[in-house]
Amino acid sequence: MSGRVIMLAALTAALLATGCGGEGEGKDNEIRIGVIAELTGDLAAVGASCRNAVELEARRVNETGGIEIGGRKRRVRLFIEDNGGKSDQSVATAQKLIAQDRVLAIIGPNASRCAVPAAEIAEASRVVMVSPWSTAPRLTLDARTGAPKKYVFRSGFIDPFQGGVIARFARETLAAGRAAVLYDVASEYNKGIAEVFKAAFTTGGGEVVAFETYTTGDKDFSAQLTKIKNANPDLVFLPNYYTEVPLQVQQAHRLGLAKVAFIGGDSWGSPELLQNAGGLFNGYYFSTHYAADAPTPPVQEFVAAYKAAYGSAPDDVAALSTDAFRLIMQALTAAGRPDRETLRAALAGIQDYDGITGRMRFNGTGDPVKSAVILRIENGAFRFHSRVEP
Amino acid sequence: MTYLLQQLLNGLQLGSIYALIALGYTMVYGILQMINFAHGDLFMVGAFALFVAASVLGLPFVPSLLLAMIATAAIGVLIERLAYRPLRSAPRVSAIITALGVGLFLENLVNALSPYPKHVPTLLSNHSWVLAGVTISSIQIWIIVLAGILVLGLDLLVHRTKVGMAMRAISWDRTTAPLMGVPVNAVISLTFGIGAALGAAAGVFYALAYPIIDPYMGVMVGWKAFISAVVGGIGSIRGAVLGGLILGAVEILVAAFLPSTGRDLVAFALLLVLLVLRPHGILGRPRPVKA
Repeated sequence: MSGRVIMLAALTAALLATGCGGEGEGKDNEIRIGVIAELTGDLAAVGASCRNAVELEARRVNETGGIEIGGRKRRVRLFIEDNGGKSDQSVATAQKLIAQDRVLAIIGPNASRCAVPAAEIAEASRVVMVSPWSTAPRLTLDARTGAPKKYVFRSGFIDPFQGGVIARFARETLAAGRAAVLYDVASEYNKGIAEVFKAAFTTGGGEVVAFETYTTGDKDFSAQLTKIKNANPDLVFLPNYYTEVPLQVQQAHRLGLAKVAFIGGDSWGSPELLQNAGGLFNGYYFSTHYAADAPTPPVQEFVAAYKAAYGSAPDDVAALSTDAFRLIMQALTAAGRPDRETLRAALAGIQDYDGITGRMRFNGTGDPVKSAVILRIENGAFRFHSRVEP
Repeated sequence: MTYLLQQLLNGLQLGSIYALIALGYTMVYGILQMINFAHGDLFMVGAFALFVAASVLGLPFVPSLLLAMIATAAIGVLIERLAYRPLRSAPRVSAIITALGVGLFLENLVNALSPYPKHVPTLLSNHSWVLAGVTISSIQIWIIVLAGILVLGLDLLVHRTKVGMAMRAISWDRTTAPLMGVPVNAVISLTFGIGAALGAAAGVFYALAYPIIDPYMGVMVGWKAFISAVVGGIGSIRGAVLGGLILGAVEILVAAFLPSTGRDLVAFALLLVLLVLRPHGILGRPRPVKA
């Protein structure tokens, strides 16, 4: 599989070497930006948020005449492709955007399973790619050597950081001494974050009294939850997706585990969680990328503009996609020249970007140094609680 | 001790659901010697029928349950008439492939109508009682009691009524039964209908206990119920119930006393050992082969 990807990547690189001149520029000197989003398939809601946010930003930039690069304004043109939420289509669309549409940079894909293979193409073709939502550490690392990739960036934080943030919050703010964890052992995201939480919570002086697993698709958690109840924890960490967490909390309540606190990660942050079981979650906390009700002007401007354009509040994918786009714009202005190499250097050199999801800078890798937020669920809504700096 | 009792109660809840589904497999096998692999998907259809009745039509619990059972029974009869009856004299493998095809058709049909997971509204108010240290919820009581009533009703139907006698007659000898005046096609249709209705009841209980439903929820549960039926002795009604309860208890107890990652691994390994020791299942008997 990876052999095939590398071969395809090499082929693309060869095509590029022979066939392209001014990459990223059309006839009228426009800036070409590719977007790979999950517009169909099981993550269609994620892809739609990403596309909406990037289109809104591009319109905003073009209304002011374009992005200023080296003393003149250039318009931004988007090339939006659907990857169907699949890894093979992500590879194919990345190749198309690079070789045929000759884009300057790519935003997306969002899911790690799509972003990781697309990143191999971008890296081999020496094209900047910024994934808004992928949090798997290996996205920005070379598969063989483990060294940082040169051309692959993201605008979100990575799983190990988030696991540490939640563990610290549980220890210090909630003053929990005994934690229990229930996680999906068959899913990379859940497993990774659960293990980091366990290590960080123990290092922080706490005790993990139960570390229970299940596999994707399980609906009955009564055995594990009874075990957790017997271990008498102060809180239960559920780093699982919003489709499963309501079942887990509901069954826990039925088993009489009602008085302990439940906490989670960014996988909780979907409006569907509130629609399905908002009442169950009253008073629980989770960590995520941004808070729509954060009182800072950039966030409020963004939320108002997004609501005016699309009629709904932006989720974390929309916020991260906006940051991905603005990071590229800031780097382009700093670069002063719209070519792929200069853009990469300027992006990697960003020392201060004030975004929707917080301040960030790049420190030698494609992963930004940035903060996370803790949200509290209150009366069927997500409320900003606190910001956790790295 | 209370921990063990609590876990056994959890197992009884899960096992009751497996038992109800296993009955559908065992009834169809008993009468036609055919494995209806679409049965797990009828369980899913039952859960979605409950969703429509409760969420779209706004009906209370008992009418929703009856509507889901009747609608799914009708679909079960229709599937038998359209997909299985034309193949009744074809090689057995054709019928199995058809059943797999019908299952995939149902999954994708529901997926086309409702691509996102659905949340089933709360139909029964939920109370929990603590009895000698064991927490019992009203949902658990509903599931276990209603499943018990349905199983007893089925047992009475098969062993104490004329229709039941007709079913057993067809199961014993399908060629001779019509000569004795048994309306074979009608009885087979009825068997499919009852099996589907029990599957739908299981789907309803499942959706009450685990209220997020999706088009593929019947696949894994269906396999487990099928295994329950085989372990109990396929073709035997009491065997299906016993198999379901055993599988539910083994699954829960493995997760309770061993690392929960090994849940399915150990549960199925134990069942394999059981089948090696008793190839016809616990209550199954080798079929007499008539010369």
